[in-house]
Amino acid sequence: MIEVEGLVFRYPNGFEALRGVDLRIGDGEFVAIMGENGAGKTTLVKHFNGLLKPTLGRVLIDGVDTRDASVAELARSVGLVFQNPDRQLFSETVREEVAFALRNFGFSEEIVSKRVERILGMLDLSEYADTSPFLLSGGERKRVALASVLVWDPKHVILDEPTIGQDHLQKERLRDFIMQINDQGKTVVIVTHDVEFVAEAKPRVVLMSKGEIVGDGRAEEVLSDRDLVDRASLIRPQISELADSLSDKGLPRGLIDAYSARSAILRLLRERHVPELP
Amino acid sequence: MSLSFLEGLRFARVDSPLHRADPRAKFAMALSFFASSLIFTNALALLALFALQIPIALMGRIARRWARSLRGGAFLAILIFLMNFLTGQGASFSIAMSLRFFCLLSSFSIFFLTTSPDDLGLALEQCKIPYAISFTFTTAVRLVPTMAMDAQEIIDAQRSRGLELERGKLLRRVRNYIPILVPLIVCAIRRSLEMAEALESRAFGASERRTSLIALRMGAGDFAIVALSIALLASSIYISRSFQMPSLEALDSLLSFKWGFAQPAALGRIPKA
Ligand SMILES: Nc1ncnc2c1ncn2[C@@H]1O[C@H](COP(=O)(O)OP(=O)(O)O)[C@@H](O)[C@H]1O
Ligand SMILES: [Mg+2]
Repeated sequence: MIEVEGLVFRYPNGFEALRGVDLRIGDGEFVAIMGENGAGKTTLVKHFNGLLKPTLGRVLIDGVDTRDASVAELARSVGLVFQNPDRQLFSETVREEVAFALRNFGFSEEIVSKRVERILGMLDLSEYADTSPFLLSGGERKRVALASVLVWDPKHVILDEPTIGQDHLQKERLRDFIMQINDQGKTVVIVTHDVEFVAEAKPRVVLMSKGEIVGDGRAEEVLSDRDLVDRASLIRPQISELADSLSDKGLPRGLIDAYSARSAILRLLRERHVPELP
Repeated sequence: MSLSFLEGLRFARVDSPLHRADPRAKFAMALSFFASSLIFTNALALLALFALQIPIALMGRIARRWARSLRGGAFLAILIFLMNFLTGQGASFSIAMSLRFFCLLSSFSIFFLTTSPDDLGLALEQCKIPYAISFTFTTAVRLVPTMAMDAQEIIDAQRSRGLELERGKLLRRVRNYIPILVPLIVCAIRRSLEMAEALESRAFGASERRTSLIALRMGAGDFAIVALSIALLASSIYISRSFQMPSLEALDSLLSFKWGFAQPAALGRIPKA
C-alpha cells in the first residue's frame, strides 16, 4: 500500500512542485498518473522510494514512513524505473547491468544468475545477455532498464514514462507485459502522457496539474471528461471525440478505446434493426 | 546527496550594477581576490578578505545564491579543516585554510553569477582568442548546469537500484562512483556529438573573422573596478610582507589542550609568521 497524505514538496530553489497531494494506492492496483509537463508526476513518484522526502505531510509504504527508511531499504519493495535508460546504464554487458541491483541487495551469486536469466527471457533480451547495453537500440535499452529493476521482484513497480521512444509494436508488448505482472499481484504505477496507451490498458487514472491531483477515477470516466483533460493539457483519446460527436445518435459517452467503441456501435446497429455488416 | 550548490555557480539573470559591468573588469576583480587569498595564511586576514566580498555580493543582488554556493562548499571546507588539523597543522592554520577555500569559492561564485556566458564569450573574443576556443569555453560553462541535472538523475536512478554511495571502506566507496561516472561521461559524449552535428549543419567555422554586433567597451565604472582590484592585490602583498598579523593562535593552544584556558594573553601576542 502506498499512502500519500498532505504531501507538499519544495525544491531547494524554493519551487513548490507538489502542493498538497493525497493519494492512496492499494496493493495490486494498476494506476496511471497523467498530467502536463511539469505537473509534478516525477516529483511525486520519487517520493515512493524515498529519493525525495516530504517538505510537509508524509508518505507511507506498507505502513513505513519514508522518512524512517533508507532509499535502499524502500527500493526492495518499490522498484522505480526511470524515464531515460541512458542515465543509468553503465555495465559492460546486459547481464552485468541487470545483476547490479541484486548484488547491491546482497543476493547470492546462484540466485543472481538464476533471476537474471529469467528476467532476460521474460523481456526478450536473452540474445543480448553478453552484448554491451550501449550497442542496443533505444527500445532495447529501455527494456534493459526495466529488467534491471524487475529482476529483484519488487512488490510495487513504478514506471516513469515507459512508452516514450517505443514504436507501436513495442508499446503493445509493454502493455501486455505490464498487465501480466499486474495480474500476478504487483502494484503497477505508470507515469505517462500517452492517452491512447492508457485508453487501451484502462488503469485507474490519477490526473495531475500544477502540483495537485485534479482527477482520480476509472480511465473511462477521467479520459472522457473534456474539462478535466483540458486542465491537464492532454488531448482526449480520438475514440472519445468520436463517441461525443455521435452521442446524439445514441452512442454512449465514456468510450475511450476502439474495442469497446466497436461493440457499442454494433449494439446500436442491432437495436435499430439494421442488418449487421458481414 | 544533492548537487544544488552548483546552482550557486550558475549565471543569475538579474539586473544590477555588477551584471552590467564589463566582464573583463569583473574577471580582474575575481583574479585579485583569488590571488590575495593565496597570499595570506592568516585567518583574520582571510576573514577580512571574505567580509569584503559580502557587500559585493549584495551589490550584485545575488547574495542568496552566493550564500547557497558557499553552503554547498561547506562540506569541503570542513574536510579541508579536518585534513589540516588531523595532520597536526594547528587550529588557526586549519581554519585559515578553510577560509581560504571560501574566499576562492566566493570570488568565482560572484564572477559566474554576474557574468552571462554570452558576455564571457564576447570578452574572450575581444581579447583576440580564436572563436573556436572561446566558443568551447562558453559552451562548457553553459553545460555545467545540464550536466549537474544529468548527474542528479543518474544518482537517483542508481540509488533506486540499491546503490549506497556512503557504504564500505575507502576503496569500495571510490568504486561506488563507477555507476555514476560512466553514464555521466556517456551522456556528455553523446551530447557533444549531437552538438557537433548541429553546429556543422549550421556552418560553424565558415568564416574566419567573425564580427560581433555588441562591442564591449570599458566605462568609467569598469576602470574603477579594475583600479580597486589592483589596489586590493597590491595592499594584500604589502600587508602580508610588512605586518605581523594578530592570529588566532590562542585557538591552537585551546584545542591542543596543552595549556588549557590559562593563556588569555595569547590573543594579543604577536606570533611568528
Ligand atoms: N531539481 C529541481 N529543482 C527545481 N525545480 C525542479 C527540479 N526538478 C523539477 N523541478 C520543477 O518541478 C516541476 C515538476 O517537475 P516534474 O515532477 O519533473 O514534472 P513532470 O514529471 O510532471 O513533468 C517542474 O516545474 C520542474 O521544473
Ligand atoms: Mg517527468
